[in-house]
Amino acid sequence: MSVPYTFTIVGKNDNPLYEAEFASGVKAKEQAHHLSQFVIHSSIDLVEEAVWKSTAMNLKGVDRFGKSYISSFVTAGHIKFMLLHEKKEEDAIKGFFQDVYELYVKIAINPFYQLNTPITSVAFDSRVKKLGAKYF
Amino acid sequence: MAQKGARPYDRIGEQVFAKVDKINAELFTLTYGSIVTQLVKDYEDLGEVNTQLEKMGYNIGVRLIEEFLARSNVGRCADFTETAEVVAKVGFKMFLGITANVTDWDAEKKEFSLVLDDNPLTEFVELPESYNKLWYANILCGVIRGALEMVQMKVEATYVKCVLHGHDASEIRVVLKEILTDEIPASMRDE
Repeated sequence: MSVPYTFTIVGKNDNPLYEAEFASGVKAKEQAHHLSQFVIHSSIDLVEEAVWKSTAMNLKGVDRFGKSYISSFVTAGHIKFMLLHEKKEEDAIKGFFQDVYELYVKIAINPFYQLNTPITSVAFDSRVKKLGAKYF
Repeated sequence: MAQKGARPYDRIGEQVFAKVDKINAELFTLTYGSIVTQLVKDYEDLGEVNTQLEKMGYNIGVRLIEEFLARSNVGRCADFTETAEVVAKVGFKMFLGITANVTDWDAEKKEFSLVLDDNPLTEFVELPESYNKLWYANILCGVIRGALEMVQMKVEATYVKCVLHGHDASEIRVVLKEILTDEIPASMRDE
């Protein structure tokens, strides 16, 4: 079962702020989607620990689940970007996280966006999906 | 189609802008953003928020005009068309670092449009969907009204287009209501 890349942004209270999936040619099944979400959430504890062990924002690989890897990038405000993926592509993932981070900062600067709330901007969504297509 | 006094005002605007103190643009944008969001929370009705922003702008404008005249050394304007050019090229340049364009004069030369291509107040702002009635940078309309009232012109300035609403540029319509003749301004008359 080939799982597409699942990208989630998680807030400070473990609340999901944004979710996206990038299928590398394979259509996502309903079950696989829920499984990815579950896997990502279960690795949040590990991320919380890893955050204090490193000064960098990009934590890279934090967890494994079967054949999949979970990489994470934590912003200064402790907003966690989580990515569930099959292949170990550290460079592509690093670039992806950086670009999403820039998009996230622009959203955060918007005075009408309340921090730690779901991101509903259509522009953000389409740009993240474009980045996903570009990197994966 | 350049008007006779148009190009000198561009240059004056740049010279004045070079001389004044500057503030970090993001600080300015974020400060204004939090003013607007707080007003929205306090008043809840967006029409009321627009009114409040305009009033705030008015109070800023009546004071700003002194600074403007002192720094820019621009003399009396011969007519309303010249006033428009001065506001757009020197005024906006000095305080916001942008130049506006004056367009759409009416037949009697009593109304014009100020077109702003970009506006530091609205950087990074995305209006949520239910905020269609909000004119985010309405404070500028108040500033124009306040400043011109102190130089004996009673105008009404309203937003007609805004980039945050999807238009490609923002547009403020300025209408001259009357030329005042040596009256005490309203702000001093009431209290």
